Amino acid sequence: MILEIILVFVMLIAAAAAGIFKDLLNAVIAVGFVSFIAAILFYFLQAPDVAMAEASIGAALTVAIFIIAIKKTKRFEEDEEGS
Amino acid sequence: MRKAVSFILVVIIAIGIGLSLQEVPFGKTKSEVRKYCLEKGIEQTGATNIVTSVVVNYRGFDTLGEVTVLFLAAIGLSAILYREKEGERKNRRRSSLILYTGCKFLFPLILLFGAYIFIHGHLTPGGGFQGGAIVASGFLLVILGSRSWWGFNRSKMKITESLSGLIFVVVGLLGLLYGGHFLLNYLPKGIPNELFSAGIIPIIYIAIGFKVGSEITGIIDDMIRSG
Repeated sequence: MILEIILVFVMLIAAAAAGIFKDLLNAVIAVGFVSFIAAILFYFLQAPDVAMAEASIGAALTVAIFIIAIKKTKRFEEDEEGS
Repeated sequence: MRKAVSFILVVIIAIGIGLSLQEVPFGKTKSEVRKYCLEKGIEQTGATNIVTSVVVNYRGFDTLGEVTVLFLAAIGLSAILYREKEGERKNRRRSSLILYTGCKFLFPLILLFGAYIFIHGHLTPGGGFQGGAIVASGFLLVILGSRSWWGFNRSKMKITESLSGLIFVVVGLLGLLYGGHFLLNYLPKGIPNELFSAGIIPIIYIAIGFKVGSEITGIIDDMIRSG
């Protein structure tokens, strides 16, 4: 129970970090971390099917596709002008 | 100013969702479907994994829709990214010997694991989507670690994808022919917990595994090839 609460808080921190990071590579890795913790939580909640899908698609393939896309475009986010 | 307005809007939406979901009891359900599937699932479909019996048998038409959505996404991506001329690849670094050897040893094991997951989808957790994604991650490892990779054979991959989609639809249409329902489980159910049981469920899940694996590999291949 305590482990689950800690995992949820780490997940929240990773999700917030994904929004804050200016380096998009770091942001993508934070998103992958969120997926990874979600997979562990699904396993604790007795849904191994969903956990496997989340771990393989969310944590591995999505991150890989985002990294390829970042490599083809730009790595750093620019400050938006005139907000 | 704009940020403040959008923050206030987000807070209002959050309060609205919270208030409207307050009445719904968390983790409890009044529906009878869950009980019905848990009690009659093994007897009616022959699959020990109830999730699989729901995904492929009770809600098989839904799964056909999901597979179609994935197919359309892959087709759209390759339509946008396709180019007649090969992108230039002058800056491609060769992978180190350690990475190359590790990938060479790991790739067959990952393929075996993915195939195990989608073949045993009706017995153990997992199924076509999960196994296909694991197979695709094995191919991703090949892309990362190989020394002379110039793209997979596109037409073979499309043939695998289309054939497995066709098998899914044909198996469903045979059910329409035999019993009057699309995706009817017309094959013998067999004894639960054996590999050859549960009628058409393993056939459909193997087809889905091949389809998802080749589709996701095709997406990664298209993205790397495009310029």
